[in-house]
Amino acid sequence: MTAIDTPAVPGGPSTDLPAAESGGRPPSRFRALREYLRRPLGVIAGAFLLVVIVATALARVISPYDPLKQDLFHSLALPSATHLLGTDKLGRDVLSRLLWGGQVSLLGLVEALAVAFVIGITLGLVAGYVGRVIDNVISRLTEVVMAIPGIVILLMVYSATNNNQHIGMIVLGVLSAPTLIRVTRGAAQAVREETYVAASRVTGMGRILIMIRHVLPNIWGPIIVNTAVLAAVILGIQGGLNYINLGVNPPNPSWGGMVSEAQQTLSQQPWLIIPSGLLITLVIMSFMLVADALRDTSASNRSRAGSAKAAAQAVSADGDDVPAADEVLLRVRDTSVSFSGLEVVSRVGFDVRPGEALGIVGESGCGKTVTASAILGSLDASAVTSGHVIFEGQELVNAPRKVRAGIRGSGIAYISQDPMVALDPSFSVASQLGELVGRHDHLRGAHRRERVIDLLTQVGLPDPADVARRFPHQLSGGMAQRVSIACALAGRPRLLVADEPTTALDVTIQGEILGLLRRLQQDTGMSIVIITHDLGVVADICDRVVVMYAGQVIEAADAEELFADPSHPYTRALLASNPIVAEAGTKLLSIPGTVPNPADWPHGCRFADRCPLRLDACTEGPIRLELLPAPPTHPDTLDHAARCIRAEELETTNQLAAKKTKEAA
Amino acid sequence: MLKNLGLRLLGSLVLLIVVPTITFFLQGAGSNNIARSVLGLTATKSQIDAFNHTLGLDQPLWQRYFSWLGGAVHGDFGLSYTTQQPVQDILAPRLAVSLSLIVGALLVFTIVGMLLGVISATGNKIVGRVVDAVSTVGIAVPNFWLAVILIAVFAVNLNLLPATGYVDPSDDPGLWLASLVLPVIALAFAGITAVAKQTRDQMLLSIASPYARSLRANGASEFSLVYKHALRNAAAPVVTVLGVIFVGALSGSVIVENIFVLPGLGSQALQSTLQHDVPVIQGISVYFIIIVVIVNVLIDIANTILNPKVRAA
Repeated sequence: MTAIDTPAVPGGPSTDLPAAESGGRPPSRFRALREYLRRPLGVIAGAFLLVVIVATALARVISPYDPLKQDLFHSLALPSATHLLGTDKLGRDVLSRLLWGGQVSLLGLVEALAVAFVIGITLGLVAGYVGRVIDNVISRLTEVVMAIPGIVILLMVYSATNNNQHIGMIVLGVLSAPTLIRVTRGAAQAVREETYVAASRVTGMGRILIMIRHVLPNIWGPIIVNTAVLAAVILGIQGGLNYINLGVNPPNPSWGGMVSEAQQTLSQQPWLIIPSGLLITLVIMSFMLVADALRDTSASNRSRAGSAKAAAQAVSADGDDVPAADEVLLRVRDTSVSFSGLEVVSRVGFDVRPGEALGIVGESGCGKTVTASAILGSLDASAVTSGHVIFEGQELVNAPRKVRAGIRGSGIAYISQDPMVALDPSFSVASQLGELVGRHDHLRGAHRRERVIDLLTQVGLPDPADVARRFPHQLSGGMAQRVSIACALAGRPRLLVADEPTTALDVTIQGEILGLLRRLQQDTGMSIVIITHDLGVVADICDRVVVMYAGQVIEAADAEELFADPSHPYTRALLASNPIVAEAGTKLLSIPGTVPNPADWPHGCRFADRCPLRLDACTEGPIRLELLPAPPTHPDTLDHAARCIRAEELETTNQLAAKKTKEAA
Repeated sequence: MLKNLGLRLLGSLVLLIVVPTITFFLQGAGSNNIARSVLGLTATKSQIDAFNHTLGLDQPLWQRYFSWLGGAVHGDFGLSYTTQQPVQDILAPRLAVSLSLIVGALLVFTIVGMLLGVISATGNKIVGRVVDAVSTVGIAVPNFWLAVILIAVFAVNLNLLPATGYVDPSDDPGLWLASLVLPVIALAFAGITAVAKQTRDQMLLSIASPYARSLRANGASEFSLVYKHALRNAAAPVVTVLGVIFVGALSGSVIVENIFVLPGLGSQALQSTLQHDVPVIQGISVYFIIIVVIVNVLIDIANTILNPKVRAA
């Protein structure tokens, strides 16, 4: 960004991710155009710019008067049929002067923009793609140029070149290049590591060719957006220069110069400041709006998957009767969640008893985290939740804020997946944990500090006083997760919701954290709901398991029972694909295919497409979650339910297999 | 941390040398006829030679550059070509005017911008929309046109404030303030919208962050999430943006000073440019760069205090 009068740009270049972030090829031009045409403001702004450009280009043909022709008898006239925008103090036609002046402004804009564009893309690509020393040099240089008040240089240039607009605009282009260098550099860095770029590198393609063929086409999005923003900035600067008569020589018209002329007759004819000033403002605003629309277009191209087909799904009409027990801490019943009409969690139900650890298992995209968020009440405002989430007898679905606030931290607490981003980077551990302690226990000063140290000790940190002083970036992943757990314990919760609490950690730390959770559960008697895709975690810590697939509960059972007797093909497949819980000596299997998107959920069994045991009946209609009879091997087992028409068959084969193993042994 | 600051200072030093050098040679290339333009077309050859000799213009360009550099290091920026006064004497009284304008604008766009940003981040949707709309317009209105409109409305029409001119605070503090109101608004306007937008965006980012989610779920109050955590995390990026806006405002001050006829560095810069008065322009560019360097150092210090990662490094 140069430094003249229009500072930081809305949205800023740094926030723009390259369009090719997802790794795909750029979407077709027509798609992008169609997307763009859906944005009314962008279309209006674009059309306005086109009209201005065409009218200016045709000034010679369409301008009603000679822009320099004076008519002192009709000076300072208001708009009329003969002079559509009135006349200035020398009786010159304002409209004609605007049209001719536009040529100066727009030509200058093109010159400056072209220079900035060429320098920006070349240096940005080289810095971003080649990197290292060159990147360092270019980045430093960019910083220096950005810190120069550009007008100092521009004043010199105009002075040294006798007010030459072309050279002035070229220099302005050089001074503006840093914005584009930065954007291009960032985008190029992001695609540098993409597979297709790496592949071309391996095949021995030259650097320059790779940059032109593979990098550049994938980073046009942010470059074009920022070029449009830059156009707006340059126009503002150019107007200011013309206003102080730099780059134009009166009486020749320019937009900025006309504002200055109008100012001289301000008290006689205030109208005159409107046409020129408003036109500059509208043109600048149009460039901004076009940039906004372009940014939205490339953003929606990135995230179009899924949302495009927001077709309403027929909700399966079975009444998931999950059996209940008398003593229940958390009861989830018929809970559905949808985002803009698209259901992502379908009538989920389960219970959590006091002191129990429940695992919710499934692949990514099965609705585990959304279910957890529904329990926590941390879903986005756009989400629609139905059904029941009853905590200690209190309904939480669509409950008043106050009810939720009363439970947060003290009733239900939460630890998140990635401990490194779960703590506020700007505050020390003592400060954040202390805040929560203050909230829950109303402690201050030394008492608060004491409780903070207690909590940190409780989560097994060896030097709690030292950890309390630290900031999040000074903690290792394992330490950070322990601090997060301490934060969750601050309110002495009865239920802890842990969303993949070990996924982001080293394998050695994972075991420690699970051990800590187990110990805390025994010490405090709290219940735990643990969201995981890892059956090893379930085996380690859970009493009960709920298996989710495509937004539904497809099997629920006591942990031991589930491992011994998986009664849904999906659960079986999960077990067979897990190295920790799969039977020794059997081959590890992966499940073919992927979880379908919510928009593509079938009417019948949602797993049918990937199921090796599929029958025709599976796809005919919704499958109910049915309670299975207790098997003779575990006669005391309660509540084993599965959503599969062949569940009982599977149970039988499991028993046969178990028998065989026993006999073999 | 000290190493970081040192590196930045070194960079500033480069700026301090490079920019005046560029401007010197740019100007030198176009300054052949200074004597003629100062003394007029009737000057005799001997008058011109004497003029050139007094000001050292008979020496080669590079020699002039080094003698200028030697003086500048000691705060002596040479003599003005047009008035033959020492440059520092011309600029000293003007510096105060420019500083009043620029620091005033800095205060206004920082305070008003952050306030608007907080309001639009925390207020209801309608407030957010209004701030959005206003900032789209605000960022598009060029400061010179805004200045003219302000003059038209508040000076010409309502007669509330002076249209142009400057009053020294030692003469009349009230009139001094009045003479600065419109220029400060014109200069600060684009900055207000940029600061508001940055504040809002950063706060919303913080409110939607994973740590806010964790803190909220574990019992932190909404008030604390917004006014403690979000505001605190928005501070560092906002301060960084303030630096960029400030450099822009410095450039803008040249135009605004000319519109409101303020006797500051900016109006002198334009006048001297038109007269090819190299020493004065050189002096002004050094002053401008020093101001930028001071502000950059202040921002670095602020960032060091605000960002625990930098502080620890």
